[in-house]
Amino acid sequence: MIELENAAYSYGGAELLSDMSLQLGAGSFHFLTGPSGAGKTTFLKLCYAELVPSAGTVRLLGQDVRQMDRDDVARLRRRVGVVHQDCQFLDHLSLRENIALPLEVSGHDMNADSINLDELLGWVGLAERARALPPELSGGERQRAALARAVIMSPDVIIADEPTGNIDWEMSLRLLTLLVELNKMGKTIVIATHDLNLIRATKAEVSARVLRIANRRLQLAGSDL
Amino acid sequence: MSAQRPSRGARASAPLHALIAAVFRPSGRADRVVPPTGFTARLTVFTAAAMAFLGVFALALSLATGRLAERWGAELARTSTVRISAPAGQMAAQTEAVVRVLQSTPGVRSARVLEDDELSALLEPWFGPELPVADLPVPSLVEVIEQGEGFDAEGLRQRLAAEAPGSVLDDHTRWRRPLIDAADRLRLLGLLSLALIAASTAAMITLAAQAALAANARLISTLRLVGARDTFIARAFVRRFTLRAIGGATIGTLAGGLAVLALPSADAAGGFLTGLGFQGWHWLWPLLIPPLAGLVAFLATRTAALRTLRGFK
Ligand SMILES: Nc1ncnc2c1ncn2[C@@H]1O[C@H](COP(=O)(O)OP(=O)(O)OP(=O)(O)O)[C@@H](O)[C@H]1O
Ligand SMILES: [Mg+2]
Repeated sequence: MIELENAAYSYGGAELLSDMSLQLGAGSFHFLTGPSGAGKTTFLKLCYAELVPSAGTVRLLGQDVRQMDRDDVARLRRRVGVVHQDCQFLDHLSLRENIALPLEVSGHDMNADSINLDELLGWVGLAERARALPPELSGGERQRAALARAVIMSPDVIIADEPTGNIDWEMSLRLLTLLVELNKMGKTIVIATHDLNLIRATKAEVSARVLRIANRRLQLAGSDL
Repeated sequence: MSAQRPSRGARASAPLHALIAAVFRPSGRADRVVPPTGFTARLTVFTAAAMAFLGVFALALSLATGRLAERWGAELARTSTVRISAPAGQMAAQTEAVVRVLQSTPGVRSARVLEDDELSALLEPWFGPELPVADLPVPSLVEVIEQGEGFDAEGLRQRLAAEAPGSVLDDHTRWRRPLIDAADRLRLLGLLSLALIAASTAAMITLAAQAALAANARLISTLRLVGARDTFIARAFVRRFTLRAIGGATIGTLAGGLAVLALPSADAAGGFLTGLGFQGWHWLWPLLIPPLAGLVAFLATRTAALRTLRGFK
């Protein structure tokens, strides 16, 4: 699903990420950890073609990102659900409309097995807030909504950047259950997080692996985290 | 920060008429996704209205000068006259001589002596009806109709002077030729103005569309994140600007039409202007302005949107 071959990335100056080689297979569940500023968000952006590697190759769903044009990227995004670190909503649309946005922009016809919107709202605990506008939401509500939007199309890959940063433990577990369920349906999942408890809780449910970014390199962490 | 990607959107495969049809199809979808853009909206409506107003006048100018050139041209083709004043005894002979000379002059299609009743018709406005033309020393008139490039007036004058000393060639309408050229030039200027008006409309709408897109950079990156294609995003903007341009142009065209109607008519007395208005079915021409404005806005916004979007991540 996601393949990196000696991929590197630098924001103009020195290399932030170097020489990363890795394959994330279909149906795998990965956590991404590392100190703040290590480049987790940057790595995830490489994984949904927001960024193009400055060296090496990144292949997403079998396609080299360097060969993709803008329509290819749009098509890719319909199969890769993303929870952005700062969520990104359309502030003039209600929460419900925001969550349905991927269906809107794809013309409803992309995935027959897209998830029922009301069920999803209930699952992430936002049924009461469906009519609210994004600026009226708390940080945690926004993150839950962002996750709901990322999974609504039932995409092949779900990439989430700190999806539980502002959320209490109980709700975090609820979101985790949703992701685990999707993983059991065969979806590939990548989550950047600092929350070791979340990782442990997941490992009790599915076989999840932990990637760590340290010293500009990507490593597979040991079973002890 | 990311490398630029090539875009296929600009050469999207859908034919133009299908794209234009999509503009009028009420689709909540692409529409609702972009928030109302208040300021640029009013700017676009105003621009389209002002340009349409000017367009009506440019059109009126083109059509009026066109009519003028046509009318003068028609008169030019018809009219030259040779006037013969001679003592009663020589009148017939000189008239005959004049006709003979004219018939052998290159560039003259026909020469015809006007009958008495035609003469009295010409004189009636001056002397009243029942003028006994035959009893008066009225000069006889030969109507000359030109063909092709026309005749050489100087040469003809000399030959007439030799054959019929009492004859005078009156080719006064020929001096209008430079005026016809001027009228033609004026019509060209009118058409050029129309083209310039269309171009400025396109330019201003392009700027407004670019401003609207730039103001919505965050929105666009969110839409891209959830898988929107450039053409989907562009459609929302294109639809808005096209409908606004049509609306504004309709207002401007109406106002321009009323202003033209309100112009003082300058028909008989003025002659020169022949009325700057529209005549008969020419009133249909201004109806083309709103759809044309829509088309210009559609093309300008679509080009601007797809180009600007390519600059976004
Ligand atoms: N657009 C950008 N231009 C320049 N530098 C950037 C840009 N985005 C990120 N960086 C830099 O790259 C480094 C890594 O950023 P990144 O957001 O990937 O870190 P992170 O691991 O996600 O951190 P956090 O845990 O705080 O979210 C940081 O030092 C950041 O300042
Ligand atoms: Mg980050």
